[in-house]
Amino acid sequence: MSEESVPLGGKVVTKPFLVLLFLAQVGAVLILYRYFFGLGAVTNLSDGYPWGIWITYDVLVGTALGCGGYAMALLVYIMNRWEYHPLVRSAVLTSVFGYTLAGLAIFIDIGRYWNGYHLFLPWYVNFNSVLVEVALCIAAYVVVLWLEMAPTILEGYPHSQKARIRRAKLERWLPVIVALGILLPTMHQSSLGALMIIAGHKLSPLWQTQLLPLLFLISAIIMGFAVVVFESLLSSIAFKRPFDTKLLAKIAGVMVWFVAGYLVLRLADLTVRGQLGLIFAGNVNSVMFLLETFCFLAPALLLAPAACRQDRARLFTAAGLLLLAGSLYRFNAYLVGYNPGPGWRYFPALPEILITVGIVAFELMAYLYFVKRYPVLHRGEHA
Amino acid sequence: MDLSRRAFLKTAAVGALAATSLTPRPALAREAKARLPEALGILYDATVCIGCKACMAACKEYNYLPPDFSTPDSVWDNPLDLSAKTYNIVKLYRDGKAEVKDREVNGYSFIRRFCLHCVDPSCVSACPVSALTKDFTTGVVRYNKSACIGCRYCQVACPYNIPKFQWDSAFPEIKKCQLCDHRIAKGGYSACCEFCPNGASIFGNVRDLLKEAKRRLSLKAGEEAIYPVHRVDSADHRTHTVTPYIPHIYGAREGGGTQVLMLANVPFEKLGLPQLPDESGASHSETLMHYLYKGMIGPYVVLGGLFYLVYKNTTKQDLP
Repeated sequence: MSEESVPLGGKVVTKPFLVLLFLAQVGAVLILYRYFFGLGAVTNLSDGYPWGIWITYDVLVGTALGCGGYAMALLVYIMNRWEYHPLVRSAVLTSVFGYTLAGLAIFIDIGRYWNGYHLFLPWYVNFNSVLVEVALCIAAYVVVLWLEMAPTILEGYPHSQKARIRRAKLERWLPVIVALGILLPTMHQSSLGALMIIAGHKLSPLWQTQLLPLLFLISAIIMGFAVVVFESLLSSIAFKRPFDTKLLAKIAGVMVWFVAGYLVLRLADLTVRGQLGLIFAGNVNSVMFLLETFCFLAPALLLAPAACRQDRARLFTAAGLLLLAGSLYRFNAYLVGYNPGPGWRYFPALPEILITVGIVAFELMAYLYFVKRYPVLHRGEHA
Repeated sequence: MDLSRRAFLKTAAVGALAATSLTPRPALAREAKARLPEALGILYDATVCIGCKACMAACKEYNYLPPDFSTPDSVWDNPLDLSAKTYNIVKLYRDGKAEVKDREVNGYSFIRRFCLHCVDPSCVSACPVSALTKDFTTGVVRYNKSACIGCRYCQVACPYNIPKFQWDSAFPEIKKCQLCDHRIAKGGYSACCEFCPNGASIFGNVRDLLKEAKRRLSLKAGEEAIYPVHRVDSADHRTHTVTPYIPHIYGAREGGGTQVLMLANVPFEKLGLPQLPDESGASHSETLMHYLYKGMIGPYVVLGGLFYLVYKNTTKQDLP
């Protein structure tokens, strides 16, 4: 197997690229509108539901999808399993965009964005606030991710002496960068769960628990592995590259253990708190809980027999379901299970959805540009 | 997966470490915050309230708030709920035929809603940039727009949904009752209490208000009793026939206690006030955060360990 990564080459501006460009432009216009006329003009947010899909999808799901780099770093650098190293680069690339855009999305969401820098001034910062931990860690991790990405970008200029020297310098710092790249997501992915603890009775007991941080962390790692599998299969199909099936099957094996651990913890927690009855209450919360749990359980069963993990269709379905599972868990813990009291309702407005779609489109455009221009994807098993 | 024993033990150890470090222990719980001795607050007695809304008009006037037109052809301020335009509202509870005041079944009751100025406010704990603060002396929970980033975490955190956001503004602010602290600073007191004609809302030191609330709960229904007007320590008073009370002072302990106290004869839950545990939401999340991040020692130790592993593993790569 070759460890070497190469740019895909080819035209950047293709038909799908133009479609994405259109969606991104629609989003951009709506974002502009939001800055002139306020959040109420483009969203269905209210005093009852102050956080909507921008927080839940762009930030929570977006960064969890960006956990590919984190999950792979755990596997390669902490568990010392270097056979997975060829998948690290593309995982880090998705992480870079997932996190950078989540960070930018926050500035669309916060009302008084011009004061945003207060988060970095010690005399303003309230260190009791969970949100401070989240904001500072995400900001720091974005920087770390770009540093992890930098060697790839510098490699894109093979004839430049300067680029080569910078790369060598950066690589000397790699252990520190990687260690930070593991610590920071551990901190903020768990804190993203801890954010909701203070909401107390407003969050249904199906999701409100002191274990929120741990459950958010484990599910983020699961989503990290799932996104690596999902993306690798998808890019092999899209760019007609050889499949990394053997490697992906191994990741699937690791993933199954994490899912099993997560489910045991989740159900044990509900049992200890005496809230199992709510699962079968027959209301929206119970249905959503069952759906969420099914999406965790089904892929674990699909991938439980080791022989089945080589099956690409099965791998793809399982990874997709796990991404859905983690996303559902986040939507449930922040929106579905959140009830501020009678009279309040929330479903995202069309412009609100289109802004999120625009951000995702921009993310995909950046991904396409990078894999074509820079050596991100490795040569593959049969090349 | 062909996990070696060593790798398995390593994973198990890391997992166990993560599990223990992310599970809070009650032994390390943050101490509950105590009431400030000079704390100021309001006692609202729904059985004395006549629903005249003088407090609403006064609140608007002295906080320079615009009218809130809830219907297109309305000519008067007629808010349906609290909003960035309305810090204080009188609501009506109604059941069945709504015949008798202050009765749960086939009766009705008024209820005022506004910031309760928690002893241990979740909004203050949640605010990342200290835009919401609790006054060290009076305990008033105040908002500073020049610090605020508009993240709205205070709205998520508040168990009573008090902080409100200006959704229709390009330069929005959070709006909430600040107990008229601009009037207190000039020797005055909350406008809602000053203009309450019947003594339903009285202003004062929370200790005195608690005493007064207990006194009212000890009164016998049907008797005539004296109720102070405007301030708990005022010489001005009314004589009312005592209506029965639910023997509970809302705010005495709810969510760690509040500086606004309420009395009524309809269960508070039916009046829209949530049943809360004795600890505040802030104490739950702060206990957890302090446990994990006290002095940032934990994160630095973990970072050191991670660095050691990464360094060792990059130099001694375990390739198949």
